[in-house]
Amino acid sequence: MRLNNYWLLVAPLLLLVMALYAWPVINILWLSVTEPQAGLQNYEKLFASSSLARILWTTLRVCLLTTFGAVLAGYLVAYMMAHLASGERSWMLTFVLVSFWVSVLVRAFAWLTLLGRNGLLNGALISSGLTDEPITFVRNELGVLIGMIHYMIPYAVLPLLANMQGLDGRVMSASRSLGAGPLVTFRRIYLPLTMPGIFAASILVFVISLGFYVTPAILGGGRVLMAAEYISVQVLVTLQWGTASMLATLMLGGVLALMFTLSRFMKLSEVFGAKA
Amino acid sequence: MNGRSSMGWCFGRAGAWLVLLFLVLPALIALPVSLTPERYLSVPKDSMSLRHYANLFSSDEWISSIFQSLVIACGAAILATVLGTLCAIGLWRISTRFSEAIRALLLLPLIIPPIISAMAFYRVWVKLGLLDSYLGMIIAHAILAAPMVLITVSAALANFDPKLEQASRNLGAALPTTLRRVIFPSIRPGILAGAVFAFILSWDEIVVTLFIAKFRVFTLPRRMWDGIRENTDPTVAAAAVVLIVVTLTALLLSVLLSRGRAPAAETKET
Repeated sequence: MRLNNYWLLVAPLLLLVMALYAWPVINILWLSVTEPQAGLQNYEKLFASSSLARILWTTLRVCLLTTFGAVLAGYLVAYMMAHLASGERSWMLTFVLVSFWVSVLVRAFAWLTLLGRNGLLNGALISSGLTDEPITFVRNELGVLIGMIHYMIPYAVLPLLANMQGLDGRVMSASRSLGAGPLVTFRRIYLPLTMPGIFAASILVFVISLGFYVTPAILGGGRVLMAAEYISVQVLVTLQWGTASMLATLMLGGVLALMFTLSRFMKLSEVFGAKA
Repeated sequence: MNGRSSMGWCFGRAGAWLVLLFLVLPALIALPVSLTPERYLSVPKDSMSLRHYANLFSSDEWISSIFQSLVIACGAAILATVLGTLCAIGLWRISTRFSEAIRALLLLPLIIPPIISAMAFYRVWVKLGLLDSYLGMIIAHAILAAPMVLITVSAALANFDPKLEQASRNLGAALPTTLRRVIFPSIRPGILAGAVFAFILSWDEIVVTLFIAKFRVFTLPRRMWDGIRENTDPTVAAAAVVLIVVTLTALLLSVLLSRGRAPAAETKET
């Protein structure tokens, strides 16, 4: 009976989220089969329109490359953090967290300043005589990838670190004392043991990349059109809610399916809780 | 592992630090650029100047954007912290299969891509007349930030002995008294951390802002967004420095305020 009191504590946030968030999101999904008229014509566009197919392919390609790059770099950092003395580890963690908390907007601005046509790097390259023409690092897919991998590395490090710190070091020692070299021990013992971490980090990075808006919009300079930017154009400029909500539905379906898979073997609050 | 002095180990360590420098240094380039004496984006060579900061703090537009961002971030942080904390305590005490499903539902705003949240808010805000208003921004940001509070407070509650709460209730204290005298003091670091995260989330939020604010409400990230797209004026670099400084100050404050309290230390370690 007394437990009912506690639902009173839950109710305010629950009602707010249900009325002003969950219901509107469901409405967006509903729009994808009702706007402009009822039916699946919005989904048919996927097969009819080559530009839509291109956008989906760009999104998928950029997300996969970002995931690969961020998890690879994150693995190295997490590995070193897990095995270095605690003093150096906390310095490394500080670096990861500072980067984690610097606004995505500030970082996109920084990359534009560094890598732009008249940017600092091109200025240095030209004045040192290494090149005559400025190199185009941004306003193309390379720029988007640099910016997105840079943003995602901390998201890869945190789940990997949690996984590696949970390993029993004696297993690796046993492998070494049985005569396996460091490389063999890594490949046959360590890497398989860290597969859950790699899997979690990959899903997390991929999911966040999938809906990413700011970095592709700024560093892609309109030339690398990904799903999120296309949605915003459809909603704010051309007012095509049907197409926009269809893409949103696909995106949401992918995100939720992947997060559900992730939650099967890792507590989501641990993945995000690592923020602190 | 063995062989810490081997070549491979040295390379790995150097590689890890290179990645970390790659993470932090570019993000901080705004600082030297903001001190350039030139009118275009550049690194100061012979002299430094504060002219772009003077520009920033004498421009009515930038000042009003900073002010609006602070008001909205504080409002969203307070709303998210109050609702999120109460909710976390309720879910912690009920703790059934059903309540855990509700918890998962309440974490959705953190998982759903911001662009989809932006579409959802936009349509409802049009109907409710909340577009382009402080209230609309505060509610939207609070909904996005509440999951952060839910997570940090739940982490603090995990270290809190439920028997203390039961003892208080059995000794005749009503729920509000128990909350105020027993539970809140014990989970303060978690509440504080949640409030800081909520503040930062709102302070640099841009995607939802782009959809639901246009003229009257023009936050700092919104003005920077326009500035970055024009991409010539170093005042944006000065604004970026202000944005980072406020974020890092808030984080530092939360670390300092929770230092020395055992529950905070435990939450931070996990």
